[in-house]
Amino acid sequence: MLQLNNVTSGYGATTILHDLSLEVKEGEVVTIVGGNGAGKTTTLRTVSGLIETTSGSITFEGEDITHLPAHQVVDRGITLIPEARQLFSEMSVLENIQMGAYRTAAKSQYNQRLEEVLTLFPRVKERLQQRAESLSGGEQQMVAIARGMMACPKLLMFDEPSLGLAPIVVSQVFEVVKQIAKSGTTVLIVEQNVNQTLKVADRAYVIENGKIVMNGQAQELMGDDHIRKAYLGI
Amino acid sequence: MDLLFSLVINGLMLGSLYAMVSVGLTLIFGITKVINFAHGEFMMIGMMLTYIITTYLGIHPYLTLVFVVPLLFLLGIVVQKYLIEPLKDSDEHIQIFATVGLSIAMINLVLMLAGSNNFNTPSSGLRETLGLGAATVLTGQVVIMLCSIFMVGGLHLFLTKTQMGRAIRATAQNRNAAQLMGINVSRINMVTFGIGIACVGIAAVLLSPLYPVNAQTGQSFVLIAFVIVVMGGLGSIAGAFYAALIIGLVDAFAGFYLGSSLKDVAVFGIFLLVLIFRPSGLFGNARKLAHVS
Repeated sequence: MLQLNNVTSGYGATTILHDLSLEVKEGEVVTIVGGNGAGKTTTLRTVSGLIETTSGSITFEGEDITHLPAHQVVDRGITLIPEARQLFSEMSVLENIQMGAYRTAAKSQYNQRLEEVLTLFPRVKERLQQRAESLSGGEQQMVAIARGMMACPKLLMFDEPSLGLAPIVVSQVFEVVKQIAKSGTTVLIVEQNVNQTLKVADRAYVIENGKIVMNGQAQELMGDDHIRKAYLGI
Repeated sequence: MDLLFSLVINGLMLGSLYAMVSVGLTLIFGITKVINFAHGEFMMIGMMLTYIITTYLGIHPYLTLVFVVPLLFLLGIVVQKYLIEPLKDSDEHIQIFATVGLSIAMINLVLMLAGSNNFNTPSSGLRETLGLGAATVLTGQVVIMLCSIFMVGGLHLFLTKTQMGRAIRATAQNRNAAQLMGINVSRINMVTFGIGIACVGIAAVLLSPLYPVNAQTGQSFVLIAFVIVVMGGLGSIAGAFYAALIIGLVDAFAGFYLGSSLKDVAVFGIFLLVLIFRPSGLFGNARKLAHVS
């Protein structure tokens, strides 16, 4: 479904990703794990078109999307739920969710989708008229996920959804990721919480210094010595 | 008492005129973060167009809205697309210099074509006086006052109730996230610039029957407009509206008690006080200023 072939990208003169290749198949939950500054976020931002790819190519459902601007990538069916939520802080929760359905393909399914999302997040339903910035971190993350789902994406990418959240909220977030995957949406998730992520993922890539150093079934990687030492602290 | 009433009414009339000129400027700054130093020149062009169309077609000046507003909307889009957008990756001050350059170019283009003459749009009865209690105002001023309220209210409804308006606000609040929703930010900037210039186009048409226009006319209005935009809290439409009314009142009272030569001292003195004690504007707050910069 999504393929990155030898992708190099970065910010200005600083290259972050070096010849990075990976693949996500339809219906899978794939995760990219790695330490701080390894290039996880950069990978997602490159796919979504926020960062220009300097060499290599990205294809989605057979179409070359390497140089598409970000808003057109969304139109193709790829949605990124960005790191640190990035809500429209002075808009109401409902308005944030409405913005999620901006993509043409999402507009016709708005009502049905809204009901689905609000059933999944009862807390969000109670807060629809509040300003987004007045919510707690966990609630804001739920709104960010709800907003991302409103686009009816084929591929939903999560950037560090558990960052800065209380442990109980982290488990809720991963529960939601599982449910989204079960409903048939393909998921690419980037996390520092390696333990929890490997439990929900089918396959995993390990990224270090902008390169994929290892990949395999999530189950296998959980048993791998290098992973256990470097990321699980066991 | 009658004098007080008369000064208040005249201040509000002048204030709503300033509001009309400032609303587009604050909208453009709030959304695209571009300080449009050519704003006054767009108004001057609008007034010139109103004069030309009114004189040559012999129609009522207000009917020129049908031509002037769409033309200025398009002009705004063209300027955003071909002048400002190509500079988006350079420093912000480069964009500002570009609008300063545009302003100089527009003034000199008009000087070249029309010289420095004053042009008087036919007043079509809009300079006739109306008694409002103890106050005396011009018919055209009352129209400007009503239209400025409609303009501010209309923009507010547009920004809060339509999908395009919400996308415009979303872009102002978080550019990256807006792109991730599928919003074409370049297009939003173009439309916003167009709307901002169209607003000053409406102001131009309504002002034309009351004020003569020459190549420098924009300059005399735009300085006050910048004061209003800053006082209103940079990018806040309602803030600019109230700030404009305050400046209008100060102008009227200072004009009467201090004389017309000193009234600017009062206006800019108040502006300085606001800058010293409320640097984020009367109606802005510190946080908003932070996300704007």
